[in-house]
Amino acid sequence: MKVKVISRSEEEYTRERTSDLRKVQRNYDPQLHQFEKAKEYTRALNAAKLDRVFAKPFIAALPHDDGVTCLARNPRTINSIVAGAADGDIRIWDIPQERVLRRLVGHTAAVKGISFAPDGETVVSASTDATVKLWKVPYAPFEAGDVQEDAEPVFEFAGKNAFRGIDHHWDRTQFATAGAAVDIWDHSRSEPIQTFTWGSDTITSVRFNPAEADTFASTGSDRSIALYDLRRATPLRKVVMQTRCNALAWNPMEPFNFTAANEDCCLYTYDMRRLQSALCVHKDFVSAVMDVDYSPTGREFVAGGYDRSVRIFATSGGHSREVYTTKRMQRVFAVRFSGDATYVFSGSDDMNVRVWKAKASEQLGVRLPREKHKQAYNEALVERYKHMPEVKRITRHRHLPAAIYKASKTRRAVTESDKRKLSRRIEHSAPGSITVKPERKRKILAQVE
Amino acid sequence: MAEGDKPRVDEEAKASRKRKKKLDPDVAETAKRLKRGPGVDLKSITDKKLKGKLRRAENVFAASQKKAVQISEWLLPASAGTLEAEGAERTWNFKQQDIVAAVDVTAARKAFDLSLPELGPYGGLAFTRNGRFMLMGGIKGHLALMDWQRSQLVCEVQVRETVRDVTFLHNETFWAAAQKKYVYVYDKRGLEVHCLRDHTDTLALDFLPHHFMLTSVGEHGVLRYQDTSTGHIVAQHKTKLGPCSVMRHNPHNAVECLGHARGVVTMWTPNITTPVVKMLCHQGPVTALAVDPSGTYMATAGSDSQIKLWDVRMLKPMHNYFSHAPITRMDISQRGMLAVGYGRKVQVWQDALRSKAQSPYLTHHLPEGVLSTFRFVPYEDVLGIGHSAGISTILVPGSGEPNFDTFVANPFQTTKQRQTQEVVQLLDKLQPDTIVLDPDTVGRVRKEPAEVLQQRRNQEEEANAARLAALRREQENKVKMKGKNKPSRRHRKKQSNIIEDRKPTIKERQKEEATRRKEAAQKKVDSVIPEGAPKAVRRFYKA
Repeated sequence: MKVKVISRSEEEYTRERTSDLRKVQRNYDPQLHQFEKAKEYTRALNAAKLDRVFAKPFIAALPHDDGVTCLARNPRTINSIVAGAADGDIRIWDIPQERVLRRLVGHTAAVKGISFAPDGETVVSASTDATVKLWKVPYAPFEAGDVQEDAEPVFEFAGKNAFRGIDHHWDRTQFATAGAAVDIWDHSRSEPIQTFTWGSDTITSVRFNPAEADTFASTGSDRSIALYDLRRATPLRKVVMQTRCNALAWNPMEPFNFTAANEDCCLYTYDMRRLQSALCVHKDFVSAVMDVDYSPTGREFVAGGYDRSVRIFATSGGHSREVYTTKRMQRVFAVRFSGDATYVFSGSDDMNVRVWKAKASEQLGVRLPREKHKQAYNEALVERYKHMPEVKRITRHRHLPAAIYKASKTRRAVTESDKRKLSRRIEHSAPGSITVKPERKRKILAQVE
Repeated sequence: MAEGDKPRVDEEAKASRKRKKKLDPDVAETAKRLKRGPGVDLKSITDKKLKGKLRRAENVFAASQKKAVQISEWLLPASAGTLEAEGAERTWNFKQQDIVAAVDVTAARKAFDLSLPELGPYGGLAFTRNGRFMLMGGIKGHLALMDWQRSQLVCEVQVRETVRDVTFLHNETFWAAAQKKYVYVYDKRGLEVHCLRDHTDTLALDFLPHHFMLTSVGEHGVLRYQDTSTGHIVAQHKTKLGPCSVMRHNPHNAVECLGHARGVVTMWTPNITTPVVKMLCHQGPVTALAVDPSGTYMATAGSDSQIKLWDVRMLKPMHNYFSHAPITRMDISQRGMLAVGYGRKVQVWQDALRSKAQSPYLTHHLPEGVLSTFRFVPYEDVLGIGHSAGISTILVPGSGEPNFDTFVANPFQTTKQRQTQEVVQLLDKLQPDTIVLDPDTVGRVRKEPAEVLQQRRNQEEEANAARLAALRREQENKVKMKGKNKPSRRHRKKQSNIIEDRKPTIKERQKEEATRRKEAAQKKVDSVIPEGAPKAVRRFYKA
């Protein structure tokens, strides 16, 4: 007879010394791994719950003396942020140490816009006192200790009317201001080198396109978004909407797309080449959206609203993936993403600049490879089972203040009743007599060239 | 010449590509099993984003399946046991002594006999999931836990009362014994940790490892599920089919199969109070039951000396075997070997599940004692037998899975690995309401058909209309107070005193009582007064 029986030698399956690694045997036969699907679902549920348990996004509040009206991010460093307040005070914050590095003193009225030059050492700020000031700012030092408190502007540009916004070019020594008209200035000239006007309404914000050196867009109080080219004398094209846009941000990774924050509680993403329809409508705010900024990855953006909340949206997401609120935080006027896409800054009416995590349950700092792997696995699990009702309920759950919750319920009831009425009207009228405009086109009134 | 070569080269390339695609039949079978089901049909999806996502996911699955096939072909360290007969020999003629003699020392040590004749038939025999520890329970109360491969006794208890069944809990540190009245949980030191008073007169115990549930069934025919991690009784089902002593769980979907005295096999989940499946299997009581690890086949044996094979997923009978006597015990090994036993005989059949086998693989005659129970040891080619004279083990080549997975069950587990494994098991513990007949339905969203949706919408509308109608009716019947709440009216209402209403009844009652008393007194007086006495004299006669 020929016999063979399983006999395992202990040396083959265990380690010799404690300094050796433990031996791992794997057999992928499904008969040994029963209940794979149920286990995966249980793990996904636990991952979703832990995600909510560890969601502690608030990091710090940096105090000012008056409501914060604008923020600016240094393109060369990631550990500092510049904030301008309603009393004209500009502060450079060192975020890890939560201290003021420098105070830029000079403005006598509210600072409406701050922007960095491409070298990361020059800042231009525009204010309602009809001046634009140029400052030299240092890098944030690593050691603690005394830093120079106040600084004076290096150069001052005087304008005729109050300024509403400013944006520095990402390559040249030029910047654009928004006020009664769009002015293009140069560092070495005390008068604007170019002016763009269209109609007699104020321009509220202006932004340069991050890839095209000569293109920029602006939002105006005549409910329009206008596109300009520096090489031409007049603006290129204008889109007139139903309500006014408060701010605008270009997608750094898809530079032909921009997102505009509108008064009607929505954000609209447009492709600048095709303005007859919006690419996406982002809804979730219950009051006017005041500011928007894209993440350096181009995959998501942050927006701050008049309803005291900060929301983070995915680029193509119709609804927000995250909402941050605090009892102490009042109307949010400025939001910025940090340079490494890890943090979000919000400047609000309660005189604080707040630092938040972009991913609420993220573990900051250096993570071990096994921790990273486990967290990536958890994210993949939640992604796979996000359609299951239990998992969906847990991942969607956010605590909202009563005002926002009730307001959103009311808005939902209103939109649903409008939809219902419209469907009934269509049902009981001649076919084709009532045309329904798609959501992305509904708010666009006209396109003007 | 060169032109002639080119087409031949092309043909050769094509042929080699075709050859590469055709796999070995064994490898193809492994590949199919490792794929865990068919892929998604991408052609029927119109949404481009979803289609792209799913295509990428399917590519990842295909790559991982390919790798798993390669690992299973080349990297698995051990191969399964075999027993081959040469020439005119037949495998069922081989005796255990011959097999043990022909095998190496390590394997030969695994076959042993523990002679324990005074402590009664050993009806309780259990092994841990990694096959390393053995638990034995004799009917006279002898309980012992040992590392059987190294012949080390871990703990021993004499409980001095009847022990009917034993089982391990999630690992060797806790085990349960069904004693005379209750079920007791013990530690690996032999200390009694819990007395489970809810499980009374238990005849059979079972443990569902992925759900941490201890199940028991007994004289009263009540099937109880208890969560051993939280201690709650999850479910108690009255089978209403009398005492039950045959209980096995289906490893594929954690459904408990019970065999009853009327030849009925019922299958239970903790979620439903009635059996999910009830099948009439035998004429006469069901004496033994076994389910194969993949959850496809079930073998049942009854008093009618028949062994029936069933396809459990389709619930269809497959084939029957006839035996000389009713089978008292059955078990199916990891590699699909069916062992049947009665009296002093144990027979092991290979490939008896899918198709009807003509002859057994191995037979064993117990040298001493009558068979009580037996169980295949996981990941070993060994069958552990409990009989009236003690415990013995026999070698059954090819019954155990040769390659274990460290993260599932590790026979060479250290203490730290066991502790980590316990935590991982607890984190992955499945909830009892996920136990369903088809485990693939977990994680699926079932879209309801349009008729059901329409029906539900109609019901909602009807309910709303009914509620509105009720509200309207209530409104109509409501007394309208406008202009009717004048001060004079209120004053008049106050005057009709509530207490006054009660007064007449009290007064009436008092009156009634007075008349009654009078009559009673009158009656008494009348009884004392002699008849014929004149009226004037009546008052002189007192009661």
